[in-house]
Amino acid sequence: MSHDHDHAHGHDAPLPEVVLRVKALEALLTEKGLVDTAALDAIVDTYEKKIGPRNGAQVVAKAWTDPAYKARLLADGSKAIAELGYSGVQGEDMVVVENTAQVHNMVVCTLCSCYPWPTLGLPPVWYKSAPYRSRAVIDPRGVLREFGVEIPATTEVRVWDSNAELRYFVLPERPAGTEGLSEAALTELVTRDSMIGTGLAGNPGATA
Amino acid sequence: MNGVHDMGGMQAYGPIDREAQEPVFHADWERRVFALFFGGFTGGFFNVDMLRAEIERMPGHEYLRSSYYEHWLHAIEALLIRGGAVTDAELKARIAELAAASRKEPH
Repeated sequence: MSHDHDHAHGHDAPLPEVVLRVKALEALLTEKGLVDTAALDAIVDTYEKKIGPRNGAQVVAKAWTDPAYKARLLADGSKAIAELGYSGVQGEDMVVVENTAQVHNMVVCTLCSCYPWPTLGLPPVWYKSAPYRSRAVIDPRGVLREFGVEIPATTEVRVWDSNAELRYFVLPERPAGTEGLSEAALTELVTRDSMIGTGLAGNPGATA
Repeated sequence: MNGVHDMGGMQAYGPIDREAQEPVFHADWERRVFALFFGGFTGGFFNVDMLRAEIERMPGHEYLRSSYYEHWLHAIEALLIRGGAVTDAELKARIAELAAASRKEPH
């Protein structure tokens, strides 16, 4: 794909001016003693390297293997997710919606970019983009097809609009043929998109 | 607020552009904007709702032609100026200084 190359020069590319604005702002704040650069670097590093969809995958795999946990997760998402240690900024109020043969759930933030940071990390660019935000609510099946997901006509599709007060998280369906797998092995089948609802959890042996 | 940011149900924005193996940040300046969000937030200059409200007040044509972290930068600058952390004049002067310096450096 030529996409990687185009990205730096396309609509999303900043003018060099943006770089100057950021440098100027950070320099002034640092000189005034209003920001602690080392502390900020540590925060950025955490979001860049430590927090990501592997956290959410642990939640899903535990729910698949522990019915009592799953019941707690669906009853009070924030509390059950915090049991595994995942809480904090942009994950304070979580609602977990379960995908079944009857219902397929998917999540969008039509206004901006609300996303459960503690369980999924920072959102990908497409999640924050105009095409996804606009179309997810008016043509969800069309959007899912673009992601390579065909939902049977007999399955209801529900779209949840996350907002600053409440963030949705999809509990994907456990793939068939995984009865013998351990919780650790199951986490490998849980993709980021399956927890947004734009994908399905993988099958054993297939690459996620 | 009824603005261009309220995109749910709009049509004709085109296909969804997905990137394989997408990095968390696409440039170092995005990383620094994310850091400054936390700096302004923990410094008590603004909260998340104020940031979003400021982004939603961007003129529609500017909102659509700029990227996500440019939206954040726009809002962070406005909120830090309003909160008295920096002045508009200081910021403009420093940008001009840095621009002049960068022109002298070979690229």
